[in-house]
Amino acid sequence: MPDAEVVLITGTRTGIGRFLAEHFASRGALVEGCSRNPPEWALEGYTHHCLDVADEAAVRAMFMDIQKRHGRLDILINNAGIASMNHILLTPLATLEKIMATNLYGTFLTCREAVKLMQRRRYGRIVNVSTVAVNLRLEGEAAYAASKSAVVTFSQILAKEVASFGMTCNVVAPTPIETDLIRHVPEEKIRRIVESQAIKRAGTFEDVANVVDFFVKKESSFVTGQVITLGGIL
Amino acid sequence: MSTSSEVSIERAGIVGLITASAQDVLQMRDGAEASLPELGEETRLIGQGAILDSLGLVSLIVEVEQRLSDELGIDLILADERAMSQKRSPFRSIGALADYIYGLITGQGPHA
Repeated sequence: MPDAEVVLITGTRTGIGRFLAEHFASRGALVEGCSRNPPEWALEGYTHHCLDVADEAAVRAMFMDIQKRHGRLDILINNAGIASMNHILLTPLATLEKIMATNLYGTFLTCREAVKLMQRRRYGRIVNVSTVAVNLRLEGEAAYAASKSAVVTFSQILAKEVASFGMTCNVVAPTPIETDLIRHVPEEKIRRIVESQAIKRAGTFEDVANVVDFFVKKESSFVTGQVITLGGIL
Repeated sequence: MSTSSEVSIERAGIVGLITASAQDVLQMRDGAEASLPELGEETRLIGQGAILDSLGLVSLIVEVEQRLSDELGIDLILADERAMSQKRSPFRSIGALADYIYGLITGQGPHA
């Protein structure tokens, strides 16, 4: 029987991250996860790290721990993200800094350390998470969407830089899903976003997992630098 | 940078660690059967006459970081701002890289 795949998912305390942790654990993967606060759940085959993904020393320590316990990493899913919905004129610089720290710096740090670990086996799958707010240029989400635009460009360049190491890096951009991230977004705004989709329904965790599954398949070795946006946002 | 308790390290040991890492990277690139070039302090890592291309250098840096951590309990990032901003790259040769790492470990600053 081949070794179980080792998967690291960031932002696993709630929402999409938790769902993905359960999803990968259910198929026998060894799942590592992280969030700033401990989760209120436990799972067989799951190990949690309490850290801020923008804390370089803490991120490096997590990867050293993964290296020591598993000696490898097959899949990284950068799900951790924060948002702040407000007009630009009402957005303090500190808010932008926080959003960039988690969404961009966190993605940068985990990708860099993951590639170091993955390159030894000349194999790896990285999936970063963006948002439909990038395509839709949603008012009130300038800081959040800008951070995710940066994640997309970063991912596409990373895809080129690690291709010769046998690694891929792709992006999934979900539509609104009922999670903590959008709990302060007015219902009317969510309704308008859903109306702008070709497929007019709210997204689900399963929709995201489906795209992630495609990206991380061994057979997807010829797919990299791509963004799949859910819901038919064009 | 963090070091485990009472690590005593000679510069020659670092040269050996870099050389072993370079051999690994070259073998990974060329296959285990391929004949390796002779490696020494003067061996160029970048620029004209270098044994590695840019991707090979990336692999070497990662390999050296990993061995420093695994074998000596020394955790450091070689491609830090100080390294990248130096006029003469610490990655130009095995000897220069050994000097740079030795300087970081002993807290004497880079010699490069």
